[in-house]
Formats: sequence, structure tokens, C-alpha cells
Amino acid sequence: MDNQNSNPLTRPYSHKDIGWRLFLKTIIARSYPRIVGQQRELSWVFFEILLPMFAVCTYVFVYRALNAPEEYIGFVVMGGAMTAFWLNVLWSMSSQLYWEKQQGNLQLYIIAPNSMMAILLGMAVGGIFATLLRAVTVTIFGTLVFSVKFEIVSYLQLFAVFTLTMIALYGMGMMMASAFLLFGREAWHIANLAQEPIFLASGFFFPIKFLPFWVAAGASLLPLTLGMDAMRQLVFSSETSLGFLSVATEIWILAGLSVAFLVVSKYLLAYVEKLAVREGRITESRR
Amino acid sequence: MQTSTSWRSFRMAAWLGWVIESNWTDPFLFAVYSIVKPLSGAAILVIMYGVITEGNFESALFPYIYLGNAFYIYVGAVMTGVSWAVVDDRELYKTLKYMYIAPINIPLYLLGRGGARFVVGSIAVLITILTGVFFLNVKINLAEVNWGLFIVSLTLGIIMLALIGLMLAGVTLITARHEGFIGEAVAAALYIFSGAVFPLDVLPEWLRPVGYFMPTTYWLELLRRSLVGDVAQAFPTLSQFSNLEILGVMIGLSILFGIFSVWIFKICDNIARENGMIDRTTNY
Repeated sequence: MDNQNSNPLTRPYSHKDIGWRLFLKTIIARSYPRIVGQQRELSWVFFEILLPMFAVCTYVFVYRALNAPEEYIGFVVMGGAMTAFWLNVLWSMSSQLYWEKQQGNLQLYIIAPNSMMAILLGMAVGGIFATLLRAVTVTIFGTLVFSVKFEIVSYLQLFAVFTLTMIALYGMGMMMASAFLLFGREAWHIANLAQEPIFLASGFFFPIKFLPFWVAAGASLLPLTLGMDAMRQLVFSSETSLGFLSVATEIWILAGLSVAFLVVSKYLLAYVEKLAVREGRITESRR
Repeated sequence: MQTSTSWRSFRMAAWLGWVIESNWTDPFLFAVYSIVKPLSGAAILVIMYGVITEGNFESALFPYIYLGNAFYIYVGAVMTGVSWAVVDDRELYKTLKYMYIAPINIPLYLLGRGGARFVVGSIAVLITILTGVFFLNVKINLAEVNWGLFIVSLTLGIIMLALIGLMLAGVTLITARHEGFIGEAVAAALYIFSGAVFPLDVLPEWLRPVGYFMPTTYWLELLRRSLVGDVAQAFPTLSQFSNLEILGVMIGLSILFGIFSVWIFKICDNIARENGMIDRTTNY
């Protein structure tokens, strides 16, 4: 009996992860390629830092040409760093299921005994970590090159704002991933379209307060809008008067958005997955 | 009817490019896509400008920024368009190898693909400028526009951008995995060094020579001068040069960059053929 059990080929399959263990392991497995794998492609890391830096430099020089107050330089550096998160959500969360479909992995995800929600969460966790490294690098580089001065008002609030912004943002990414599952060739264009208009609406490079109230209020559905507005108020003390809403209000709204996006993404994913299976779009690869 | 291989390669590639660019959706969404993106980019700059100057759109700096940004759309469209054709055909459609064995001229085929982007880009440029004229007080008096200078500069500039795009296409041919970043990175760098949205004097002194060496710097300056005349000449960077002198510098640099680009493309093309890279896909 002992001999039989020591042979891996004849040993009966005695251990399998189910329930929350499987859920957790799926998250870890899907986040691994993002946390570890992406760091191995150094040229990608280089470009993902370089491109936001170019945008930061351009907008800093525009403000310098306009003789803008120095805190605006800080706004641009912060906006440039947060750009990395939006691009990550757009290209590596929202479009991810579309890419997986193109490469033939999506059907494997669906026939495996794991939760699709866990796969999306794994992508989100890995994406946040990998992008955080790039965002920090952009911030440090921008701070050193352009001599940005930070005066942090409350570390606790800053931590809360950043955490809630990330949860809400990646929750939204998970929700959008479901929608992208139904897209064909237009997925790339839709993701491409959601860059500059979002940079504009969310105030990546200027305080959102300067947009008309209802435009800013509408843009607040995007977590980065309020997240950046709150962080600017907390990081640049003189920015208080330029904030759209008070930090406390923005924290509450971000908390609400976090819950809403995660819940909606769960139901939307289940619905769209069923729809995609029914319409035969899981293995479809239109180019 | 017989047509030359060169013309046929260019014409069919331009048509193919147009179809790829436009038929992924219905015309309405395509129009929205073509307009919203560049207008949003311009709106970011307009708001930044408005916030700092408290809405003073009379300053000479505003048309400088606005027109520079509008015409810079061509850089992303034409230059990146030519190089992106390699990524599209090799990685996505997996047809580059068939193009190479077809009786066409490959450089002209790639330039033709950029031609399609030129059409889409032109629509965006036109709409951006019209928005500026009608809603943002960008003063362009059609009777005072130097049309000759405008048409010559625009034409030469587009050719120059297409040739730089050919160089990038060559580099893309021998690059794996991160080829998509090449065009974007070069376009983003040129945006800074060409003084597209700020005068070059704002750059640190040690970086300015890079800008002076870029033909795009003179191209944008000529386009601004031809449209808004003295307003564009108000900035000290190139104010001591006449239009003709700037045109001369631009032509000289364009020829230099053009020859260099064709040379680089030939070298990269040979390397790609010798190492079997024409049909290599990386699935990135």
C-alpha cells in the first residue's frame, strides 16, 4: 500500500483545492505573470516608464511656458504617474479578456474549474502591484527633475484615498472586461479611444474644479477623477482651494464606487459570459 | 491597363489601409473616433492654458500652442502609421510574408499604408483647427494666409514624416515584442523636441540643440507662420530667420533625414530577410 502511494503515477488523487482555496490560488496564479513575469521584460518596463515621462515633460514645459505656479508642475507629475494606472486598467484589464480570446486562452479559462471572477481579481492584484512600481518611478523621476515639493496633510487619508481609488478603478476595469468580451475588432479602437478623453475628463493634468460642475460631477464616476483630486488636496497644501469636493466627501464616494463596481462586475461577468457562450463568441477571433 | 509597380503598390496599400482604418465599425462611430481623440488632446491644452491665463485667449502663445498641437496630429498619423503597418501585417494579420512575395514595392507599400492614416489625420487636423477658429478665438484670416508657403510646407512635411516612418518601419522589422512602442516613443519625444506646444526656449539649454536638429521644428514653425503670420514670429526661438531661410533649413534637414531613413530601412530589411524575421510572430 505504502509503495503504491509513493509512486506519483499510481497514487490516487487525494488533494484538490475547491471553494475559497481554489479562488485564492487562482488569484495568486493569475497575478503571478503580472508581478513577476512582466518585470522580466525589461524593455516593457522601460517603455512604460518612458512614455508617461514624455507626457509629464511636455505638460510641465507647457506650464513653464505659461509661467504657471509651481504646484501645477506637481499636479502634472502626479497625473503622469496615475496615467500608468489608467493605461493598465484599459489595456491589461478591460481589454484582457479580448486579448485572451484572440490568443485562444479564454476558452481554457472558462472550461477550467475556477472562478472567472478570481481570474479578474488576479489580473487586478498583479496589475496594481506592477503598475505601482512604474508609477512610483515616474513620481520619483518627475520630483527630482522638476523639483516638486510635497507637503502631506494626512498620511492616513492619503492611504485611504489611494487604496479606495485602486479598488474602485480596478473594479471598474473588471466590469469593463466583461463588456470587452463581446467586442470583436473594435476592442482595440475602443480602448484607444478611452485615453485622451479620459485624461481630459478626469483632470489628469489640471484641477478638475475648472471643468463645469456637471461635467466634473459626471467625470467623478471614474474613480481616478476624485482620487486624484483628493490626493492633490492632501499632497499639495496650497491645492485645498482648488479641490472639487472636500477630501472626506471624496473618500465616501470612492468607497461607494468601490463596492458598486465590484458587485456590478460580478453580475455583469456572469451575464456576459453566458451571452458570449450562447452567441458563440468565446472562440471567435475576428481580425 | 498596365500601371507601374510603384504606383500600384502605393495606391493599393493606401486603399487597404483606409479599409482597415475605417471598416471596423459604422461610419458614425468611426467619425466620432476620428474626431473625439484629437479634440480631447487639444482640449487638455486649452483648459491648461485657460486655467493659468484666466481665459486670456488673445495672447500670441495660444495660437502657437493650439496650431502646433493640431498639426502634430500628422506626426502620430503618418509617421507612426507607416511603421505600424509592419506590426499590423506581421503580428495581427500575418500577411507581411505574402506582401514580400507579391509583385509590389515594399517601401512604397508601407508608405501607402501611411497614406490612409494621412487621410484620417487630415480630417482630425481640419476639425481641430476649425474648432479653434470658431470657438476659441484662433484668428486665421483666410485672405492673409500665405497659401503658397502653407501648401509647400505641408507637402514637404508630410513626405518627411512618411520617410521617418519608413525608418521606424525598418527598425520595427528587426524588433521583437516591443515594436509597438517604437512609433509612440519617437512621436512623444518629437512632441517635446519640436516645440510643438511650447517655444523651444522653455527647454533646458542643453536640450535645445536636439530641437534645432529636428525638421519637425521648422515644419511646425512654417505652418504657424503661413496661417497666423506675425503672431507666430513673435517668439524668439526662430524670430531672426525669414520664412525662406526656415524653409531652406527644413528642406535640407528633410533630405538628410530622408536619405538616412531609406538607408536604415534597406539595412533593416536585409537583416530581417537574412534572419527570417519577415514572418516571425511573437504573440505579444
